[in-house]
Amino acid sequence: MRYDAAVIGGGVTGGMILRELSRYRLKTVLLEKAEDVAMGASKANSAIVHAGFDAAPGTNKARFNVEGNALMEQTARELSVPFIRNGSLVLAFTDEDLETVRELRSRGEQNGVPGLALLSPEEVLEREPAVSREIKGALWAPTGGIVCPYELTIGAVGNAMDNGARLRTGFAVEEIRDMGEYFLLRAGEETVEARFIVNAAGVHADEIARMAGDGSFTITPRRGEYELLDKSMGGLVRSTIFQPPTQMGKGVLVTPTVDGNLLTGPTSENIADKEDTAATAAGLETVQRLARKSVPGIDFRMTITSFAGLRACSSTHDFVIGPAKGAPRLIHAAGIESPGLTSAPAIAKAVVKHLEKAGLVLEENPDFDPIRRPFPKFREMDDEERAALAAADPRFGRIVCRCEGITEGEVLEAIRRNPPARSVDAVKRRTRAGMGRCQGGFCGPQVVELLARELGIPMDEVTKSGGKSRMLAGKNR
Amino acid sequence: MKDFDLVIIGGGPAGMAAALAAQEQGVRDLLILDREPQLGGILEQCIHNGFGLHRFQEELTGPEYAARFASRVEQEKIPYRLDTMVLDLSVCPDGGKIVTAVSPSEGYRKIRARAVVLAMGCRERPRGALNIAGTRPAGIYTAGAAQKFVNMKGMLPGKRAVILGSGDIGLIMARRMTLEGAKVEAVCELMPYSGGLTRNIVQCLEDFGIPLLLSHTVVNIRGRERLTGVTIAAVGPDRKPIPGTERDIPCDTLLLSVGLIPENELSKSAGVQLDPVTGGAVVDECRQTSVPGVFACGNVLHVHDLVDFVSEEAEIAGKQAAAYLQKGGMDGETFPVSAGEGVRYVVPQRIRRGAEPFSLYFRVRDVAKNARIVVECNGKQIASRKKRRAAPGEMENFPLTAAQLAGVDGPVTVRLEKEGE
Repeated sequence: MRYDAAVIGGGVTGGMILRELSRYRLKTVLLEKAEDVAMGASKANSAIVHAGFDAAPGTNKARFNVEGNALMEQTARELSVPFIRNGSLVLAFTDEDLETVRELRSRGEQNGVPGLALLSPEEVLEREPAVSREIKGALWAPTGGIVCPYELTIGAVGNAMDNGARLRTGFAVEEIRDMGEYFLLRAGEETVEARFIVNAAGVHADEIARMAGDGSFTITPRRGEYELLDKSMGGLVRSTIFQPPTQMGKGVLVTPTVDGNLLTGPTSENIADKEDTAATAAGLETVQRLARKSVPGIDFRMTITSFAGLRACSSTHDFVIGPAKGAPRLIHAAGIESPGLTSAPAIAKAVVKHLEKAGLVLEENPDFDPIRRPFPKFREMDDEERAALAAADPRFGRIVCRCEGITEGEVLEAIRRNPPARSVDAVKRRTRAGMGRCQGGFCGPQVVELLARELGIPMDEVTKSGGKSRMLAGKNR
Repeated sequence: MKDFDLVIIGGGPAGMAAALAAQEQGVRDLLILDREPQLGGILEQCIHNGFGLHRFQEELTGPEYAARFASRVEQEKIPYRLDTMVLDLSVCPDGGKIVTAVSPSEGYRKIRARAVVLAMGCRERPRGALNIAGTRPAGIYTAGAAQKFVNMKGMLPGKRAVILGSGDIGLIMARRMTLEGAKVEAVCELMPYSGGLTRNIVQCLEDFGIPLLLSHTVVNIRGRERLTGVTIAAVGPDRKPIPGTERDIPCDTLLLSVGLIPENELSKSAGVQLDPVTGGAVVDECRQTSVPGVFACGNVLHVHDLVDFVSEEAEIAGKQAAAYLQKGGMDGETFPVSAGEGVRYVVPQRIRRGAEPFSLYFRVRDVAKNARIVVECNGKQIASRKKRRAAPGEMENFPLTAAQLAGVDGPVTVRLEKEGE
């Protein structure tokens, strides 16, 4: 089968583009090298919907940030993904910081960010009593928000699939051949034909570009380390607390997550290896030190996990959005570092316009349904809803993950619904089973058993996250 | 909404013993709720022996020990519901307790109880709490999760393991993995002493030639898909890694046995006051928490190392819950019991004037030799006992007699005195 369009890269950018394409009568496919979507930067970032005051006016980052922020509410609602507009603060600790914060405000105003205000220390502390008393003021951005990046990706891909798009996981593009009418994409022995391609390959986007003969930019992976804390710490702050940005990024933030945890990070370090998401002792130490500077009362003994993600930083210092040099039917959505999550819905619209300009005929799909059926979340239901659900289906009466209150019904839903979960981590990202304070100590064995049963494979073939990440070595002696 | 006199949350050794004791005291309208498909709690996966030496003067396996109680629960026809997860516990203004539970067979429901015994047990501290640098591959399990795979599912987590932490489950799993054909390279313990029972160090490590590396920790984890190795290092007196002592150990499995945490989410939702040291409720000698009519026992109250004392403690809770139901409350002034020099915590944390004889459970802070345990009230010694050897990994049990308790008329302190002082 020849596809009208193939999107390379199943992160939030690629997922949103796939969904945008599914509005039209097109045969589309998402090609992802990992075993699930949202396996790169989209599963390990700050989970912030930025207001848009950081990027220099006139850049792609500035434009798509503000546009994406405005689109996020509707997008999240349609995809049944939690989104909270909790507002952001950028703290100023020195007079110099105050100057920076003023600059951010004027930059934000030029970018069209609504509602920016400079707050006095008293106003900040009234809003956020846990913030350091050492501050001299702060910038308040009411349009800042938080969203779960992998849920958003899964939601977008799932909705696109429900509307007819295809997903191929384990497809790592190694070669792109322009056949004139179409491209031939090869991964190992397998090939896919597509008339148009979108490059949303994250840290690997420069390699994809080069496969098509475009060497106009390179991507440097910039590692960011995080610590995620128990829900008992989640109420420490309501807004997202930033520090003044540096050359290397927006600095270490402290934020609640949509799930009620507290997230701190990231560090910022350019590295050579595009797969090196190891956390380091020094990095975690830095996260703790800088996070405490903003919010001194954080108890890091309540850390439930630490992780690292890689930002895809382009040599052009901006998002690369548009046709590839020398390959007009290949559209880049590359160099998508922060504020990429925020920008994704707007980038998706822009990429589809570029595809149209390049010759892709867009005919509305009358059957397109923008609504993704909400994922049943037992933990968030009220008494009546829980009683009704457990009565209708006893599998929703069986709690698998006790820390997060996740039922067997939800795990099965994750395995059966688009895009289907095929590993323990994939189940975790869809349901939160294993994401609580015991980190899968109790539910891990049960999730492995459910996956084995549903997929019809022996328990020792169940993986943590695809590939060779098997959970078990085999049967007992 | 169904009404009960007494609801017991948890059907492990604590819950069963509490239920049996309450029933013996005449409570007839009681119910045990447990989330697992069988009674017995964590004992069901503890198939090694060594349980019941104090209580039955026999060496039983975990399931055997549990079965002794489960069969009595059956004989006495004490009602229980399995596969039932309690999601919330709240207290009404009239003192009644509302237990919200869900199960596949009975769905989502609320149960009203006049009294509640908390017996939910504990959970293991996960990797996140340790903040070990490195990757996040498959092959890292808490010792208890690995135990469940091996003993309940018949599956081996890996072939070559390093164990971090020398808690009892870690020691037991070192032996278990070895018996199932895995190679256990080492057990690393951050502290200069083991957190486990001496008998487990001998029987699970020494007998199998598994090295116990005291004052060592894991500083890095490698492997992208499956674990390929860890880096261990010696730690100094500040428990920080000593540069230059790092050593790589190739392995596909890292088991964590780095502490147990009482599972008190329900206690918190009911407004029960917790002890920051034990992680469990603050209780009086009747095991009543700060919420009248809510009792706690077993590992949800404080982590025990021997189930025998869990049963003993649970019987107190069950008996006193019965007394609470019969009398409609607990009388008497209580005084705080606190941990003095050399003692990390004491349970109970409060003691009633005119209390009947009971035992103080406590743990020492550090390994001690030839010491003396001193119990004081208002600065006056009311009891003392010689202690040849004490270690943080072994809970101390100090019975107080009626005569000694007669002297309690104010705050009580338990401390450790070095001999010769």
